[in-house]
Amino acid sequence: MGFTLSNQQQLLSKMATGNGHGENSPYFDGWKAYDSDPFHVTKNPNGVIQMGLAENEMCFDLIQEWVLNNPEASICTAAGVNEFKDIAIFQDYHGLPEFRNAVANFMGRVRGNRVTFDADRIVMSGGATGAHETIAFCLADPGDAFLVPVPYYPGFDRDLGWRTGVQLIPVACDSSNNFKVTRAALEAAYEKAQKANIRVKGLLITNPSNPLGTVLDRDTLRSLVTFINEKKIHLVCDEIYAATVFSQPSFISIAEIIEEDIECNRNLIHIVYSLSKDMGFPGFRVGIVYSYNDDVVNCARKMSSFGLVSTQTQHLIASMLSDNEFVERFIAQSAKRLKARHMRFTMELAQVGTSCLKSNGGLFVWMDLRRLLKEQTFEAEMVLWHTIIHEVKLNVSPGSSFHCPEPGWFRVCFANMDDKTMEIALSRIRNFVAQYKEPIAPRKNNRYWQSNLRLSFQSRRMDDIMMSPCMMSPHSPIPQSPLVRAT
Amino acid sequence: MRMLSRNATFNSHGQDSSYFLGWQEYEKNPYHEVHNTNGIIQMGLAENQLCFDLLESWLAKNPEAAAFKKNGESIFAELALFQDYHGLPAFKKAMVDFMAEIRGNKVTLDPNHLVLTAGATSANETFIFCLADPGEAVLIPTPYYPGFDRDLKWRTGVEIVPIHCTSSNGFQITETTLEEAYQEAEKRNLRVKGVLVTNPSNPLGTTMTRNELYLLLSFVEDKGIHLISDEIYSGTAFSSPSFISVMEVLKDRNCDKNSEVWQRVHVVYSLSKDLGLPGFRVGAIYSNDDMVVAAATKMSSFGLVSSQTQHLLSAMLSDKKLTKNYIAENHKRLKQRQKNLVSGLQKAGISCLNGNAGLFCWVDMRHLLRSNTFEAEMELWKKIVYEVHLNISPGSSCHCTEPGWFRVCFANLPERTLDLAMQRLKAFVGEYYNVPEVNGRSQSSHLSHSRGQSLTKWVSRLSFDDRCSIHGR
Repeated sequence: MGFTLSNQQQLLSKMATGNGHGENSPYFDGWKAYDSDPFHVTKNPNGVIQMGLAENEMCFDLIQEWVLNNPEASICTAAGVNEFKDIAIFQDYHGLPEFRNAVANFMGRVRGNRVTFDADRIVMSGGATGAHETIAFCLADPGDAFLVPVPYYPGFDRDLGWRTGVQLIPVACDSSNNFKVTRAALEAAYEKAQKANIRVKGLLITNPSNPLGTVLDRDTLRSLVTFINEKKIHLVCDEIYAATVFSQPSFISIAEIIEEDIECNRNLIHIVYSLSKDMGFPGFRVGIVYSYNDDVVNCARKMSSFGLVSTQTQHLIASMLSDNEFVERFIAQSAKRLKARHMRFTMELAQVGTSCLKSNGGLFVWMDLRRLLKEQTFEAEMVLWHTIIHEVKLNVSPGSSFHCPEPGWFRVCFANMDDKTMEIALSRIRNFVAQYKEPIAPRKNNRYWQSNLRLSFQSRRMDDIMMSPCMMSPHSPIPQSPLVRAT
Repeated sequence: MRMLSRNATFNSHGQDSSYFLGWQEYEKNPYHEVHNTNGIIQMGLAENQLCFDLLESWLAKNPEAAAFKKNGESIFAELALFQDYHGLPAFKKAMVDFMAEIRGNKVTLDPNHLVLTAGATSANETFIFCLADPGEAVLIPTPYYPGFDRDLKWRTGVEIVPIHCTSSNGFQITETTLEEAYQEAEKRNLRVKGVLVTNPSNPLGTTMTRNELYLLLSFVEDKGIHLISDEIYSGTAFSSPSFISVMEVLKDRNCDKNSEVWQRVHVVYSLSKDLGLPGFRVGAIYSNDDMVVAAATKMSSFGLVSSQTQHLLSAMLSDKKLTKNYIAENHKRLKQRQKNLVSGLQKAGISCLNGNAGLFCWVDMRHLLRSNTFEAEMELWKKIVYEVHLNISPGSSCHCTEPGWFRVCFANLPERTLDLAMQRLKAFVGEYYNVPEVNGRSQSSHLSHSRGQSLTKWVSRLSFDDRCSIHGR
């Protein structure tokens, strides 16, 4: 037995050498431009403003104040060091009981205490990224599929499919009804899978939606529950943006729906959660799998060995989220600030004739730039996108990277910057829209057309990625740009 | 249609092994110095609790690291937002420096070749995902850490083919045993992608010899496969012969980036054993292969190290005074503790493999077996758990080919508890085997049950209680 030593690729797995990680998506491309020319209010005022990053920086002042006032929450301060040893040694994959209780408590409060969560069903994971992969590993075998309504978060392709071998089948949604998920579309997607002999194991929804920023109404949720029960498939609800809903209609969790008068096999219901969006803690890697299925809880818990939350972090979170007064204040303030930011943003855009999908949650808007497309094609969307990045100097995310079936939509994040930066971003958009009353066509000598940003949707060869240092990853080290993964 | 995946339905997670079942019993009846003096003493957990005082006093003197501060400024927001899978540069630099220091600075390591993962559990699984496809195999010398069955096989679909090591040569790897394992894999139609060794060894508590390392390198070179060296215990080599990392041997043999084998040698590390911080989930992959680093980096998305922890440990490990002192004290205390265990065992007429590293001894209880079988080993183990009230790990759970060996940990409990455990063991051996102590060694290998207890008493329905916490190696 032997194989050529010179071909390094053969020595690695297909997984390592393939493109299943999904980082070739145009979603990540825009980072390159941002990384090489990042905006700074004083040092680089003409740089690219990062609006492709769904981060929540609205309430750090509140959190910092809490941290200062609660030194015992850190196991390293004089107030907390007596717990250092016990915390540092604790590697039980059940997690610290106080951590689970605090997370269950927080999840309940975020839902207005309309439902309670069982701390024993809280299972840790390496962020929501880890949670999604774990759920896929628990529910599906290689080759099985999940239905996912479009547009959806680009990371799902990697999280649910890369190492698991699971495939995602899009459920068609479009602007004709504000991208609502219809029974007809679900049935069509399911049938398509059946015809192709693909076994559908579940339906994945994100509620509130990324990238739409909308919440699912009660009727839709009920119809989803009915659908999955009829087909005997799982329902995975990613509720990572639960606390970012800032105005009516309120957020309704799947946890509430199953308590209503509706026939539902609870063994089919699972929730993915995280503190990355609601609290703004993506760096702390606090992901949660919450399942109503005991076998899934048990299996996910064993799998959590591969991505437990650092006990140092569990300890901090346990302390913070069991402070009910702080939690209530935080939830209220966060919603208030997001609402103000959203309103300012959408109103300013409306004034220059740019509309966004009507939304009431999330950290972004779903901007409608279809009228600026020369033709209603994805190629035209790419051209427009390049213009926005290189001329308007804003990194936004093109709808195609979210598998949106209609060209011309862009996700624009607004919660990851201060007011000053937001005003600058708005003025750039205003100028741009005023300038380009006509649809954007590619210019012959447009140097950006010839730039390295990909214009096609074909996957890059592995060595392209390796050779280009910037494309090794779309991430930048602290402190130039604190983020690495566009989420 | 089966509602859950195969992963979820079958027990290839390996948690039904006796290794984990012993935990269950301990959890039901844990020893406590005051509240439960008759409880089970935990000696199945390879934790390092000997040097927390050093870390705690460092923390007391360095409040900034703890308080999310840097140069007096709050960096809470920056840290909370930092999710770059390349990791905090300062932390990676501190990690490679620490790793180099443990290796006597005989190697220099590049932080760009280090990938951070949520513990060595995640690092090992990630390596397998990167290096092998489902249905392929890795060779691993026995006895080995029971968790490998889960970490390397469960979700990856990769097989483990054992390299059978025996007590005839102190369980060392030989050319013959390597070749035999490779042939075995071929017979089973399994394509071998690499060899994975743990050095220092768990459960043997020994460091690999230079000879063994040369042998391994030649073997993987010859076969064109990978070598993964899990060096999680590298900082616990407390007496000679000193620890030799595979990285050092590469250098010895003038293997550099121009040689083919350079890119196929990889190291796993973690702070769980050396620093005693298993709760913080700090693991690392080190590879000279850019493609492996790139792929592993992307995969680390599924298990990144909390930025809060990266920041704290970056400050800690950058303090060279602390690391130098810690490494030395750690060795000193481990050495003393191991000596106590060995002498306690000797008083019970029990010997162990001559160990110089790790947090445990590989103990020889073959002479206490009713017969040279694994059934007899299980009987003995159950007696030790249920009657002597000690949780130790039976060799069979580590896939040892010879019955009668047990792994006994010494660094996770206070000295007085260790002494008590040894007294219990001595009493047990004395009662059951009527073996007089002569020069600390047992005279007889024949077993006589002085109590006439029925063996069926020891067969218990060990139902799997999911309250077991199961990471400890």
